[in-house]
Amino acid sequence: MTSLDYFLFTAFPYVAISVFVIGSIYRYTRKGYKVSSLSAQFLEGKQGFWGTVPFHFGMLVVFLGHLLAFLFPAGVLAWNSNPMRLIAHEGIGFTFAVALLVGLIILMIRRLTHPRLKAVNTRMDLFVELVLLAQVILGCWIALGYRWGSSWFAADLSPYLWSILKLNPQPEAVVAMPLVIKAHIVGAFSIFLIFPFTRLIHILVAPFHYIWRPYQVVIWNWNKKDIRDSTTPWSKARPRNN
Amino acid sequence: MDIRSQISMVFHLDKCIGCHTCSVACKNIWTDRKGAEYQWWNNVETKPGTGYPGKWEDQDIYKGGWEKKSNGAGNGESGDIKLKGAGKRKGLGNIFHNPNLPVIDDYYEPFTYKYLDLIESPAGDDQPTARPVSLITGKHIDIKMGPNWDDDLGGSPDYARNDPNLKNLTPAEREAMFQLEKMAFFYLPRICNHCLNPGCVASCPSGALYKRGEDGIVLVNQEVCRGWRMCVTACPYKKTYYNWHTGKSEKCILCFPRIEAGLAPACMHSCVGRIRYLGVVLYDADKIQDVASAPEDELVNRHMDIMLDPNDPEVIEAAKQNGVADSTIRSAQASPIYKFVKEWGMALPLHSEFRTLPMLFYVPPLLPVMASLSRANNAEQAEKLGAKTKFWSDDWLYDTSTEELFGTIDQARFPLQYMANLFSAGDTDMVRERLMKLMAVRIHRRHVTVGDVSKEKADGALHEAGLTAEMADAIYYLTALAKFDDRFVIPAAHREQAIEMMEFTGDKKGNTGFGFKEGTAQRGL
Ligand code: SF4
Ligand code: SF4
Repeated sequence: MTSLDYFLFTAFPYVAISVFVIGSIYRYTRKGYKVSSLSAQFLEGKQGFWGTVPFHFGMLVVFLGHLLAFLFPAGVLAWNSNPMRLIAHEGIGFTFAVALLVGLIILMIRRLTHPRLKAVNTRMDLFVELVLLAQVILGCWIALGYRWGSSWFAADLSPYLWSILKLNPQPEAVVAMPLVIKAHIVGAFSIFLIFPFTRLIHILVAPFHYIWRPYQVVIWNWNKKDIRDSTTPWSKARPRNN
Repeated sequence: MDIRSQISMVFHLDKCIGCHTCSVACKNIWTDRKGAEYQWWNNVETKPGTGYPGKWEDQDIYKGGWEKKSNGAGNGESGDIKLKGAGKRKGLGNIFHNPNLPVIDDYYEPFTYKYLDLIESPAGDDQPTARPVSLITGKHIDIKMGPNWDDDLGGSPDYARNDPNLKNLTPAEREAMFQLEKMAFFYLPRICNHCLNPGCVASCPSGALYKRGEDGIVLVNQEVCRGWRMCVTACPYKKTYYNWHTGKSEKCILCFPRIEAGLAPACMHSCVGRIRYLGVVLYDADKIQDVASAPEDELVNRHMDIMLDPNDPEVIEAAKQNGVADSTIRSAQASPIYKFVKEWGMALPLHSEFRTLPMLFYVPPLLPVMASLSRANNAEQAEKLGAKTKFWSDDWLYDTSTEELFGTIDQARFPLQYMANLFSAGDTDMVRERLMKLMAVRIHRRHVTVGDVSKEKADGALHEAGLTAEMADAIYYLTALAKFDDRFVIPAAHREQAIEMMEFTGDKKGNTGFGFKEGTAQRGL
């Protein structure tokens, strides 16, 4: 094991995850105003549809696939033990990966060519898209070239990821893997590393709480029951900026 | 009973002269910023016309507001209505791409002119011109659309004739509206209605939009908004706007900093026609669901019935119990809104059928409806003035005489159905009633001031419209003579009790509008 390997598969994941956690908390609390993704649908909606929809749903399924193999390796292996189910599993995953790739390419072309979008482009957006593009291409390459990914991910990669989580990194299995796969793993941690500094942060504020919320929201500046009672203070909270 | 107070408004359309002062006052204070150039929180449209954004009233296109699925009684049954184009299922399902979002071209691409070219172009054979440039891309554009593109019936074939409110008029009625000699129009100033059952609030996945409990003003918390854009879809009046530069939604804030300081909102304060009235009303919040899901033919009346009588001792007691301040109750008693909407029954909400329970009411316009053309004999006049004097050689006269009393309302230049589509969910009787009141007040005042209408005739007209002479005089006063403090009865905001009072305001000094200081299009570093 070279020292570079050692750095990339033991130290780097910790650096990336720490930056991800601390950076996200910092950004949410200090720069909360910009915790979102700048939608350009209002400026250009038609072409964007063909990019953003396959991109997001592709990303959702591909990400969940990785997450499941990481969380329940035994279950995934059991499912894959039947060849039909294995092929269905890989087929679905790969279809969504292709959707993700196509969507991403359409979004990049749109970003670079549509005159109105140039008004809201930033260099960081382009950088993120390039990183994602590289990662997705590597992923598709692995899926085609190193079968069957969902099985060996569960068998070899999942234990490695768990070892990192348990603060006892065991990179041996990973270091022995082909270069493409190693690059994909480093790419994944790199995405975590840059996450808090990009528009990717909008994933963290996905509005699930809407499901449980009543439709109408009414906010009172003071407690309407206490306000007319001279014995209770009407406000107990101090404003945030004083 | 859950009594709350709500800032409510009346716009008297007979008085609007379409000067757009209100729009400009608003723009200069709030939306003179990058990303908000196209936003007109206050806009004034010509009716008939397609409005801003184009055809906003057509919810088959924009999918705004609530819709009632079953035609049940709606009595106490909540959840009977659903957001048409947003809501929990549709909103989250379409979170990556909202198919019902209007795009900038539905409003207009904001532009300016290259004025410097007028001065700096090199000398040549041609007059230099200031070409229009887009405020988004900075490139030259051909202007296709602008604010008030169809002002005063401009481009009628494209705009006025496509007014969604013409939908259930007969072809003959439509043709009559667009005959050159009979053509008439009026102005419809629009701001956010600060609804009781706001679609915008209900649609926001982040919960950034909220209604203020104390005065019912509907606001977007800019810090919480994540730019999911569902409110833009869900507001049937298209009064929430997406700022493409900050990636946040914005809307009319009813100048709440001014209201809290006891000032009228800028659009109302500057209104040249003095058409605007603002005051507080008491209502029962427990009834909102119920009223919003009422059957269509009861909707308008039940909507107005949600307002409670501020002089009723029971209401006062319940309001106090619920923490409504004494000063607010006193304001509600002096409110011009309660008078126009309830006491005199002269105002109607705009498009009740969207079921958001708008709290801005309109007195429908009488003049463009009633005036007709008749032949006059100008011979005598012409003789007096002599040949050299210019006079109106045409012998057609714009006639607003009251000879025929109410007969003319039904032969009005605007089919009543058109007005009813706007103001009473299609019920022509309600509009006729209001127009008759407006007419009766005129006849009464004509009797008082000019005297060429007999007392019997005037009293008869009042009686038929359901008014008394005192009421008519009060209406006349509030319509024609009212001073600032009569038109705007603003409840004390009790800033001494508001927590913002203790906030450090220094970091907002020197800013205008929302006061952004950072390059807001950026996300991340
Ligand atoms: S008019 Fe539109 S933006 Fe205003 S409160 Fe009603 S639904 Fe919301
Ligand atoms: S300022 Fe008043 S009169 Fe002028 S357009 Fe606006 S509402 Fe009408």
